[in-house]
Amino acid sequence: MSSTGSLKRLANKYTIFIVLFVMAGALSFLSPYFLTPQNLINVLITESGRGILAIGVAFAIISKGIDLSVGSIVSLTSVVAACLIQDPSYSARIFPGLPILPVFVPVFAGMTAGILIGSINGALIAYTAIPPFIATLGSMIVARGLGLILTNAYPVPMLRPEFKQIGQGSLGPIPFVVIIFILVAIVAYILLNNTKFGKNVYAIGGNINAARTSGIKVEKNLIFIYAFSGLCASIAGILITARAASGIATLGNNYELDAIAAATIGGTSHAGGIGTVPGIIAGILILGILNNGLLLLGISPYLQQVIKGVIIVVAVIFDMRKNAIRH
Amino acid sequence: MEELILEMSKIVRTFPGVKALNSVDFHLRKGTVHALMGENGAGKSTLMKCLVGINPPDSGEILFKSKKVTIPNPLTALRLGIAMIYQELNPVADRSVMENIWLGREPTFGKLGFFVNHRKMYEQTRELLADLALDLNPRQKVKELSIAKMQMIEIAKAVSFNADIVVMDEPTSALTPNEVDHLFSMIRKLKQRGVSIIYISHKMDEIFRIADEVTVLRDGNNVVTKPVAEMNIDSLISAMVGRNLTELFPKIECPIGDVRLEVQNLEVTGLLHDISFDLRRGEILGVSGLVGAGRTELMEALFGLRRKSSGRILLDGKPVHIDSPVDAIKAGMGFLTEDRRLTGIVPVLSVKINTVLAHLDSYSGALGFLQLRRMTKDCLEYKDRLSIKTPSIEALIQNLSGGNQQKVLVARWLLNNPDILILDEPTRGIDVGAKAEIHSIITKLASEGKSIIMVSSELPEIIGMSDRVMVVCQGRITAILDRKDLDQETIMRYATSINNHAA
Repeated sequence: MSSTGSLKRLANKYTIFIVLFVMAGALSFLSPYFLTPQNLINVLITESGRGILAIGVAFAIISKGIDLSVGSIVSLTSVVAACLIQDPSYSARIFPGLPILPVFVPVFAGMTAGILIGSINGALIAYTAIPPFIATLGSMIVARGLGLILTNAYPVPMLRPEFKQIGQGSLGPIPFVVIIFILVAIVAYILLNNTKFGKNVYAIGGNINAARTSGIKVEKNLIFIYAFSGLCASIAGILITARAASGIATLGNNYELDAIAAATIGGTSHAGGIGTVPGIIAGILILGILNNGLLLLGISPYLQQVIKGVIIVVAVIFDMRKNAIRH
Repeated sequence: MEELILEMSKIVRTFPGVKALNSVDFHLRKGTVHALMGENGAGKSTLMKCLVGINPPDSGEILFKSKKVTIPNPLTALRLGIAMIYQELNPVADRSVMENIWLGREPTFGKLGFFVNHRKMYEQTRELLADLALDLNPRQKVKELSIAKMQMIEIAKAVSFNADIVVMDEPTSALTPNEVDHLFSMIRKLKQRGVSIIYISHKMDEIFRIADEVTVLRDGNNVVTKPVAEMNIDSLISAMVGRNLTELFPKIECPIGDVRLEVQNLEVTGLLHDISFDLRRGEILGVSGLVGAGRTELMEALFGLRRKSSGRILLDGKPVHIDSPVDAIKAGMGFLTEDRRLTGIVPVLSVKINTVLAHLDSYSGALGFLQLRRMTKDCLEYKDRLSIKTPSIEALIQNLSGGNQQKVLVARWLLNNPDILILDEPTRGIDVGAKAEIHSIITKLASEGKSIIMVSSELPEIIGMSDRVMVVCQGRITAILDRKDLDQETIMRYATSINNHAA
């Protein structure tokens, strides 16, 4: 291979990171405030929840599926966790007689809700062979409805301080939410690259027949994939709720689209079998920096949407070229 | 005679409405190659799917190493030591060679079996590949490899399972002659290790080169099982089709007219160089060459699917511009593409729609409504003319056999009565009976005065059918041979000539 060829290949491989750095560089010129630690931490805080969501959704996308239910899982988790940790001094509690519970109870209850809905998604996809788009569209609507039923569509405010601490506290200068985002990313990276489960995810997305004939238990793995996505969504839901200090049954509406967008910009291929955690993080940061930068530059939030939409499509066009089979 | 490693007896398998296997017997001897033959739909693949646990049999017995076994899924088959290499190769394209070989049983750290040990996987792969004398990088992505190399990976995978039986389903359908030689030497190597091979193929010459025994199935029944030495091509063909084919390539010598198409100094940057040839009325021009020599690319350039960097095309002496398939169809050309499934049929549409697909314009009447009645009439006409076997023209094309799908595609290109028909691998992957029918259709078209360019990897087909043969090698024409000069050695010499010069 010629040296320009390998340079090209290298550039291809790291396009997304180059784009990220170029964007960050340009913004630091355009706005003196952009590179301040406080601003960067704000970007990270804002994007942590969505980042965790995107990582979960990416597992589904790599397996040649999709998970539309994650936004609703955020909402459901939000109200499930919140109603278990309302302060007794608040008179209009969802469960008036509830004693003060330790903080892990609402956290685990929320995560259980996420894993449960994710597992149902996985089981539907694995055993009934309905397309992931439909299965998760159904559960998205169901989960959204459950959240509304539980709360009668009212917010669930007055959460106990030890719960709010999850979303608002920090370790030194670094907020807990960012630390949790980093931890989830590390776990996801190890899962994808260093475990049999990860190899199975890539194989199922890359060629499901090959996976089957190699003796991989495709159904079981699909359930794990969607359960993991549900778990990520519920972690994001808890973080966002704790930060907002209130459970809201519409909290995660449309979050699934942001998550899918981030994973896609980060090079996760909807044709299956392709995607990396660093790529997804770059995708999330590109969207985050874009939001932040356009805001700092005083550009209309409506125009921001237009720009975001264009970037998503362009990212996929690039990606398809990059991943075209070479002969 | 060698001991039996496998005995399948009275295997029955029904699918809704079809008895695919009707009490079939099959055996395999240790360290031998047993060919399994029959037309498409004869039950070969079904029988093998019973063996490897994809479609377990309804009844019947499988004895493996003299022990009765039941094989409910592919994993059980693999653990027993029965591996299958599928016709549609099965790699995970975006993953590495080593990940494909160890898919589903990656070496792990410790007893937990959760974390993959990449270093061990790499070492094991290197040993395996060295053992089989395969020069491949374990970390290379599979999609960057040729089909032949992918097949070698599948074979390596089978060896890594310590397979006693390897089933190969049409392994040579996409290989060049050199690659076939390499495959065969690999098969001999496996035999020496005591591995037994079940070899499914349509290609007669391969059976006589590599197989020790042959079993022929027809319509889900046993027809014959014999040592290959006791069979010949004629007896094999008649066993497969149940009738005698008078001639495999029923070429009719017919008068060849004047020049219709002339290609002058055609170039496609990086792919084709200085291509000049002509094509006459009533002529079948065979195009031969190794896979990757540029045959298909040349056809695509002619048909406007590839941008030509220079060169002229003349039709009846007048220059024409063909920059898109629309131009080509207007100029009276038709193109039967190489890959039926990829660029030919639309599986979920009816035979009728598949037939008229390239000519919907000509069926648009007033206000742009389609003239459905005329569509049906034309479709029925071609169904009869090409004897397409389908329950109805409304049936989905995916339910037809490969041969009949191919006939539908031929009908598609005959519909607007083209003068020039380009056929790229017109008989790949279809059974002997349908092949003969396609050949006689091609010959008949030529005798009606159509000009035909036929690309084929099968030398007997090229030699049997062509009036002249154009040999392509590394994007150049290395020879244009007359019918009287055709033989396999000559064609192969020209197909590899540039390589030899370079060496």
